[in-house]
Amino acid sequence: MDYTNLFPYMQAEITLIAVIVLVFLFDLFAGDRARRRFPAFVGGLLLVQLLVNILPHGAGELFGGMFRYEAMHGIVKSILTVGTLLVCLQATTWLRREDTRHKQGEFYILTLSTLLGMFFMIGAGNFLMFFLGLELASVPMACLVAFDKYKGHSAEAGAKYILCALFASGLMLYGVSFLYGTTGTLYFDDVAQRLDGSPLEVMALVFFFAGLAFKISLVPFHLWTADTYQGAPTAVTAYLSVVSKGAAAFTLMTILIKVFGPMIASWQTVLYVVTVLSITVANLFAIRQKNLKRFFAFSSISQAGYIMLAVIGGSAFGMTSLVFYVLVYLAANLAAFGVIAAVEQHSGKVCIEDYNGLYRTNPRLTLVMTLALFSLAGIPPFAGFFSKFFVFAAAFRDGFHLLVFIALLNTVISLYYYLLVVKAMYITPSEHPIPAFRSDRGIRISLACCLAGVLLLGVVSAVYDGINAFAFGL
Amino acid sequence: MIRMEYYLIVSTIMMFVGIYGFVTRRNLLAMLISVELILNSVDINFVVFNRFLFPGELEGFFFALFAIGVSAAETAVAIAIIINIYRNIRNIQVRNLREMKW
Repeated sequence: MDYTNLFPYMQAEITLIAVIVLVFLFDLFAGDRARRRFPAFVGGLLLVQLLVNILPHGAGELFGGMFRYEAMHGIVKSILTVGTLLVCLQATTWLRREDTRHKQGEFYILTLSTLLGMFFMIGAGNFLMFFLGLELASVPMACLVAFDKYKGHSAEAGAKYILCALFASGLMLYGVSFLYGTTGTLYFDDVAQRLDGSPLEVMALVFFFAGLAFKISLVPFHLWTADTYQGAPTAVTAYLSVVSKGAAAFTLMTILIKVFGPMIASWQTVLYVVTVLSITVANLFAIRQKNLKRFFAFSSISQAGYIMLAVIGGSAFGMTSLVFYVLVYLAANLAAFGVIAAVEQHSGKVCIEDYNGLYRTNPRLTLVMTLALFSLAGIPPFAGFFSKFFVFAAAFRDGFHLLVFIALLNTVISLYYYLLVVKAMYITPSEHPIPAFRSDRGIRISLACCLAGVLLLGVVSAVYDGINAFAFGL
Repeated sequence: MIRMEYYLIVSTIMMFVGIYGFVTRRNLLAMLISVELILNSVDINFVVFNRFLFPGELEGFFFALFAIGVSAAETAVAIAIIINIYRNIRNIQVRNLREMKW
């Protein structure tokens, strides 16, 4: 077997495995004084990993087509690594607590294993590889959700997550088994060639789609989301809502294009219904939430619906807008979760009413949160406006006029509930606002990066052009 | 020789019994068992399709092997989490997990 091609094409995965091994060794052998530098150590290693792999290069495949690399995969992997890095920075305060301090290493190793699973899932060229990547991404994720061992909430969230994930992968595999039965192969390219759109294959498509929709938490399959997001530790919630969702959305799009391309009429109908439901139902449920983490769970479901607007056309333009949307969403959502994590660590409060009068005591955190919410709602000068614009344009160009109109109406609803939080922070008076505090260095660095992303990503057009150069479609 | 359809009938019944059990059972371990039924029905499907339709190849057998291994790992994690719930609330009935709703 030829291993010479391993390095350009599988470089991101191999370096990430090296990072995981180094973190593991550090966790085993480092003394008490060195362990105080644990976050800096992991952050530095991840940064090196990111910089080594940041430049995309030509496409190729390994192991007879089991694993493949394309320039777009490289870009998505870099975006996911940035997200993981920011989440690790935000987790520092939480990981310094009494009950989690000795488990720091486990947190980092589990997070990085999840990331590795997503890399393999993105790079898969065969359903077996895809399945293994997906499971490598979701099994450590369940451990992360249940990480706060002594809190009932965390264990409850973990149980809901792992049972729903198992159920979803069962459904997905059932779909894949019929795909195998009708085509006789598991390789993406061969499956695409032998598909003929028979009813059995349509059923396989629906089962497969249901399995992945669980991971992206689109509406009929979203019931685990709010509970898991509320119960999980805040850093894990941020990771789940951004990195995990972005990877699954991108993979869904590549598989729909590359494998189910011949059946485009079938999956467009499915996506149409699911998109409308996701955006509308999630928006209506978000209005009535009191807990900020639950609130962001429903917000992330509706954002996933907007991401599906980019998928539905299956065009190269749609792919560019999807990746750009994920990048912008990552900056805005991680900024919001950074603020939530900081406030939770210093005061233990996560409800929207607790944020009343936050502006008087912590003006800078309030500003970050406000800009993040504006970006999520899509208000012009911020990045969120541009990403929403491209997503709408992609769906509009492929002829989904009514769908775009419904989505536009829904942005108005979403503006209402995002502004509810802003109103609580600036206008609603409070007798006992959260006292002023200074958050620690990790959170400050990550918030600064996210803020730069929210302000610059939309205005600096080089980012969009860079992604656009490598996009592929039907 | 037993025909392929009979195997498929068995696996389909297993699949939907699993789904029914997952929705109706009120005990976390029973839900886990239901999910295992779903995963096992998938294994049967893969092996049967490979044996009857594509006898010269091995892809389906390998997929079944990997699926068994991965689902064992998942079950281990799920049971660990369920034990953790038991330690926290001394119970694994779903109706007692009512702190987070809507």
